[in-house]
Amino acid sequence: MRTLSGLALFAASLAGSASARDFPADPLNSPMWDYRATRLFGADPVRFDPRVKIIVPVIAEDQHRFPVAVDARGIEGVRRILIFADLNPIPLAVDYRPVGAQPYIETRIKLDQRTPVRGAVQIASGEWLVSGIWVDAAGGGCSAPPLSRVRGDWADRLGEMRGGAWSIQGKSDAARLRVSFRHPMDTGLVENTASYYIDHLSVRNARGMELATLEMQAAISEDPSITVLPNASAGERLILAGRDTGGRTYAAIVTVESGAIIPPGGGSQ
Amino acid sequence: MLGALALAPVAAAIPAYGQKPFIYALKPERIADQIWVVRGDDAPIAMANGGAIANIGIIGTAEGAVLFDSGPSLRYGDALQSLATELTGKQVVRVYVSHLHPDHGFGLGAFPASVTTALPETIREIERDSPGFSDGMYRLLGDWMRGTEVKTPAQPLTPGVEVIGGRRLRTIALSGHSGADLCVVDDTSGVLFPGDLVFHNRAPATPEADFSKWRASLDALIGLSPVITVPGHGPVDSTGTAAIRQTRDWLEWLETSIGDAILRGLDMVEAGNMPIPDRFAGMAAARYELQRSISHFYPRMEAALLPRIDVSESATQ
Repeated sequence: MRTLSGLALFAASLAGSASARDFPADPLNSPMWDYRATRLFGADPVRFDPRVKIIVPVIAEDQHRFPVAVDARGIEGVRRILIFADLNPIPLAVDYRPVGAQPYIETRIKLDQRTPVRGAVQIASGEWLVSGIWVDAAGGGCSAPPLSRVRGDWADRLGEMRGGAWSIQGKSDAARLRVSFRHPMDTGLVENTASYYIDHLSVRNARGMELATLEMQAAISEDPSITVLPNASAGERLILAGRDTGGRTYAAIVTVESGAIIPPGGGSQ
Repeated sequence: MLGALALAPVAAAIPAYGQKPFIYALKPERIADQIWVVRGDDAPIAMANGGAIANIGIIGTAEGAVLFDSGPSLRYGDALQSLATELTGKQVVRVYVSHLHPDHGFGLGAFPASVTTALPETIREIERDSPGFSDGMYRLLGDWMRGTEVKTPAQPLTPGVEVIGGRRLRTIALSGHSGADLCVVDDTSGVLFPGDLVFHNRAPATPEADFSKWRASLDALIGLSPVITVPGHGPVDSTGTAAIRQTRDWLEWLETSIGDAILRGLDMVEAGNMPIPDRFAGMAAARYELQRSISHFYPRMEAALLPRIDVSESATQ
């Protein structure tokens, strides 16, 4: 407890030095809430809203690869979705703009310790709606070397992409797109290995219309995997373009198959 | 005077720590002549159970007590040794460690190294993984783990028949739950100790699992026609094979469902929330183990099942 309140004071003083504004009290009592909120939301209005659904497994079985979904389909006019973990050294995992997509994203993140994991959704007015959950995790998700670095084969399959797209039953213009990359997603927190990660991914349709844009950080797991719900119908081609911090580019084409038999959200919807 | 006042709250806090006894209350269940099982909690490892989630076997012989697994901690091993001595009236002369996982082998420190044995591959796996398991167990269990050190079974076991104090014990080397899973059959009673190859009304854990090897091992166990099966976790199966078949059923459903989820485009979160069939409704920790299994298998199976989609950049212009 002493350590926690000390951290809270430390964080509060940092936050105080950056901004004098008051954020709403954090239902999770995170020691870093004010600090993270100041950095991520600046002067924008913020409130906690349970309609931002954050869906995670009951246990963090692997702190290097913890699946997190944020489902904001119950909210009108979603402009951006952030996934972040307060106590990670790299807090923000992804900043997603579903410009032509339903507001849902799933990815796998690293957890450096027990931490709140949050989804934040910005709506048209500029306001941020936030929710979150404490996740218990063993340490070192961000500071242990990726497996491909340990094996030494990270470069052999760099840039391999796998995935698919499926139309969502009952919706003629909605699809689910899954994509994964082979990439070490180095955090820079492992000795003698500079940070190196995929930082940008965009999805457009064959007419060149932008559907989804993601800015990513190395808090996303090694061999990153992304699921988004672009507005596209069966037979349509989706064109993916990515880039990493070393300047390497990534390209892929996926054709939407008809017939995902269950709606997004798995058994929960 | 000031000094004494300042100290007072600290002194008062010490008995509060002491109030938690960290004592394992082991309750043996007699399942055959001179054979007892100490049932584990059919739940995940947690402070509430001190990590005592695995079933432990005690076999009395004329020479001494034989144990199948040793529990999660030194405290547990000590309590188990007292219990075995009390039940059999003799010292422990053999401790089999079924496989590498800490809920089975971390009580070894209570026993002389000379009586501890495991398959050679298990010994290698314990040497490789136990430091990491130890960190995890201390993180989850705190003071329950006091004094527990990583111990490796001293005697590499050659599978076959061991006669201890007139009791004929068959030791069988299988795999699938882990790289090496030791099973022991007491020939007199037909009691089978299959370790974590068999779960019963408690969902199987798969951190080191190999589906096809595990299934083959379960088929081999059915072929033994055991009279009573003591699963690694869950209640004793007095039919002999129901628990083996249930484990096989779950694993088959699990592997098929994970592959199916990937091919239908589900992500890991969605797959973890897939419906669990009604026939598994009575299984403890089903959702928990399903989500763990998703973590163990999903990325690997995705890499095998989803097609490559990358193209040259010019192809997208």
